[in-house]
Amino acid sequence: MLVGRDAPKDDLVIRGARAIDPVERIDETIDVRIDEGVISEIGLRLDANGHRVIEAEGLVLAPAFVDPHVHLRTPGREDEEDLASGTRAAAAGGYCAILAMPNTDPVVDSAAVLGALVERARTEAEVPIGFLAAITRKQEGGELTEMIELAEAGAVGFTDDGKPVEAPALLRRALQYLSAVRRRLAVHCEEQTLSRGGHMHEGAVSAELGFGGYPSIAESLMVARDLGIAAYENQPLHLLHLSARESVDELRSAQAAGVQATGEVTPHHLCGTDEDIRTLDSNLKMNPPLRAEEDRRALVDALRDGTIVAVATDHAPHARHEKEVPFEAAPFGVTGLETAFSVLYTRLVAPGVIKLETLLERMGPGPARIYDLEPPRIAKHASANLVLLDLETTWRPTETSFHSKSANSWLLGETLRGRVALTVADGRVAFEG
Amino acid sequence: MADVHPLIRDELLPPGPSPRRHLISIADLSRDDVERLLGLARTFARSLDRDVKKLPALRGRTVVNLFYESSTRTSSSFELAAKRLSADVMSIKSSGSAVEKGESLKDTAITIGCYDPDVIVIRHPEIGAPHVIARHTGAHVVNAGDGKHQHPTQALLDLYTIEEELGHIEGLHVAIVGDVLHSRVARSNIQAFVLMGARVTLVGPPPLIPRGIEAMGCEVSYSIEAIEAADIVYVLRMQHERMLAGENYVPSLREYAARWGVSADRVRPGQKVMHPGPMNRGVEIEGAVADAADALIARQVRSGVAVRMAVLFDLLTHGPVELKVAEIEAVA
Repeated sequence: MLVGRDAPKDDLVIRGARAIDPVERIDETIDVRIDEGVISEIGLRLDANGHRVIEAEGLVLAPAFVDPHVHLRTPGREDEEDLASGTRAAAAGGYCAILAMPNTDPVVDSAAVLGALVERARTEAEVPIGFLAAITRKQEGGELTEMIELAEAGAVGFTDDGKPVEAPALLRRALQYLSAVRRRLAVHCEEQTLSRGGHMHEGAVSAELGFGGYPSIAESLMVARDLGIAAYENQPLHLLHLSARESVDELRSAQAAGVQATGEVTPHHLCGTDEDIRTLDSNLKMNPPLRAEEDRRALVDALRDGTIVAVATDHAPHARHEKEVPFEAAPFGVTGLETAFSVLYTRLVAPGVIKLETLLERMGPGPARIYDLEPPRIAKHASANLVLLDLETTWRPTETSFHSKSANSWLLGETLRGRVALTVADGRVAFEG
Repeated sequence: MADVHPLIRDELLPPGPSPRRHLISIADLSRDDVERLLGLARTFARSLDRDVKKLPALRGRTVVNLFYESSTRTSSSFELAAKRLSADVMSIKSSGSAVEKGESLKDTAITIGCYDPDVIVIRHPEIGAPHVIARHTGAHVVNAGDGKHQHPTQALLDLYTIEEELGHIEGLHVAIVGDVLHSRVARSNIQAFVLMGARVTLVGPPPLIPRGIEAMGCEVSYSIEAIEAADIVYVLRMQHERMLAGENYVPSLREYAARWGVSADRVRPGQKVMHPGPMNRGVEIEGAVADAADALIARQVRSGVAVRMAVLFDLLTHGPVELKVAEIEAVA
C-alpha cells in the first residue's frame, strides 16, 4: 500500500517530448494529456483543453522512478530526514514512489508504529511512500513481528535491513509465515563474524590504507545461505543492495534453478570502487562497501542482463557532524535520491555501457514488480507517474543543492550530465526543476 | 602604523608564501623529496653534535603537538626537534583536554587553528584524522601516526638510519617481520623502502599479513626462515591494543614467539636488526637480539630528532613536495 498526501490531481498536456517506455515499447515524439491525474490521451498535436501545457521539446518523457530502498529516518532522527524532506528529495530525483526501510527508532515492528507513519504520510508525503516493516521485533533477530497485522496495516514488505537475519531457522519461519501474507521478504546479506571490524572492501586498497577489511565472502556466503532457504521453502526472496560478483553469481544460478529471487543494486556500487576510498572521504563509507572493479563490472552486467532487476539508492541520510570525522569513526551510508538518475546516465548510459531504455526499466517498472506494485507506465488510463528528463544539461551537486535534509552525497562537486526537469507522481506535479 | 619589516631575512627562501604542504603519507613523496629530506637531516645531525644544539631556523614559528595516543619516542622527538629549531612548541594530549569532555576532532582543530600554528603534528587512533585537521586549520599537518594507516616520519628516520649505517638503501633486502596487519609503521616502511629501490619481504603468521598487500610491491612469506636472506630484519611489535577482542589472530603469544619471534639463532652475524619500539622482549624479539651490536634500535631513536627537524624545516620553507592539498580541499 502506497500512501501519499491527499491533494487534488493535476490536468496537464506534455507536448513534444521523446516518450520512452521500455515496457510499453514506446519510443517516439508524442504528446501526452493528463486529466485529473490519469493519462487520458497519447497522440500527436493534442489539444490543450484548457489544461496547463508543458512544452517539452528536446526532453525525454519516461515512466517515473520507483526507489525500493530509502531510509527516511522517521521516527527518531527527523533532524536527518523526515517524510516531507525525503519525498521532496525523491520528487527531485524523478521518483513517483519510494519504499521506506523500517530500521528507525523505534523500529517499525508493530501496527501502532506503522499506523502513525501512514497517518503522517497522508499529510506530508510529496510522493507516495510504501513502508516496509521489520521481520523481527526491534530487528533483534529473536521473535517474528506480527506480520499479518502489519500487512493489513499497510506494510508493503518485510525486512531487517541494516542487519542480517542471523539464525537460518528464523529466516525459514519468516518465509513460511509470509506465504500466508503474500508480501515480499527482503534480506540484508552480511555474515557479521566475517564483516566485523570492516570499514571498506577487503583487498589491495584496504591492505595499503590499513583499514579493517569487509570481505566479499561476508556477503556472498549469506546470499548463498538465504537463497538456499528460499529454494527449500519455494518462496520468493529479494536481496538488498548487492555488492560482490560472487553474490551476483549465486543469484544468477539460483534464478536458473527456478528460485523466485530478485536483486537490487545501488548507483554507488555501479559506479564506484574501493580505489575511490584513497581520498578517505567519509561520504564514500557505506554498507556494503564499494568493492573492486571486477565486482563493479559484474554488477553492471547483471543489471544489463536482468539478473538484477532494480536500481535502489539505499538513500541513507546522516547529520553533517556524524560524517565530519575520520573515515574510521564515520557511520555507514550515503544519500542518493537526487543524484541516482544523473550519475547513472553520466557514467553508464552516456558512455554507451548500458542503454537508456534498460536504465529506465530498472529504475521504474523493475523495482515496482519486486513488491507487486503497479508499475509506472506511459499508457492510456494509467495513473500519471511520469518524469521529464533533460539529457543535455550538466550540473554539480553541492552541499546546498539538495532537498534532502542531509548532504552526505558521494558526488559533491562532481559534474553530472542529465537532470530531472519535472516529476509527476500519482497524478500530481511533485517537482519542477 | 609603520611598515612591518621581517626581523630575519633568509635570502635562500623564495619570495611570497609557499603553498600549504603536509606530510600525511609516504605515498605523497617522490624519491627526490626523500633524498632532500635525508640530506637536510644529515645537516641537522651535525648541528646536534655541537655543544650548542639550537638553530634559529624556525624562530617565531609555532608547532603544536596533538597526541590522541600514548607516545614516548615520537612526541618527545617532535618536541625536541621543534625546540632545536627555535620554534615555539605547544604539546596537547587528549587526556586532560577538552577531548575528555566530548569535543570532536573538528572542533579541537578549529580551536587550535585559532592560535595560528604553523605546523600541527597529530597522532590519532583513527585513519584519516590528519585529513580532518588539514581541512579545518590553515596549518601544515604532519602525521605522527593515524591508526593502522601511516607513520611517515618513522619510515624516514628508518631510511636515514640505514643510509648512515650501510651507506645506501637501493638494492638492500629488508624483511619486515610480525604483525603487519595492525602496523602503520609497516605500511609507511614498505612504501619508503620500495620507493628507494630496496626489496621488501613481509614475514609473519597468515592472519597478520593483510590479503592483497603484495600490490604494494613487496613479497610475502609465512615462514621465519625467509629472514635469513635479508640484509635488514625489521621487527614489528605485536599490537594487542589494536586487535579485535576474540579474533584469534594467533592462538597464543607463546606459539607466536616460538614460530616467528626473532631470536638469536635466527639472525645471522652482520644482519642488522631494527624495531620501531616499544619492544615486547620475549615476544617478537629476543632480548639478546635487541641488545646485540648489530641492532640499530637505539640509533633509530637518535635519528628521530634530526629527521623530524628536517621535516619541520622543509614544510615551513620551500621544496616541491607533491601536494595533496587539492585533494583534501576538494573533499572539504
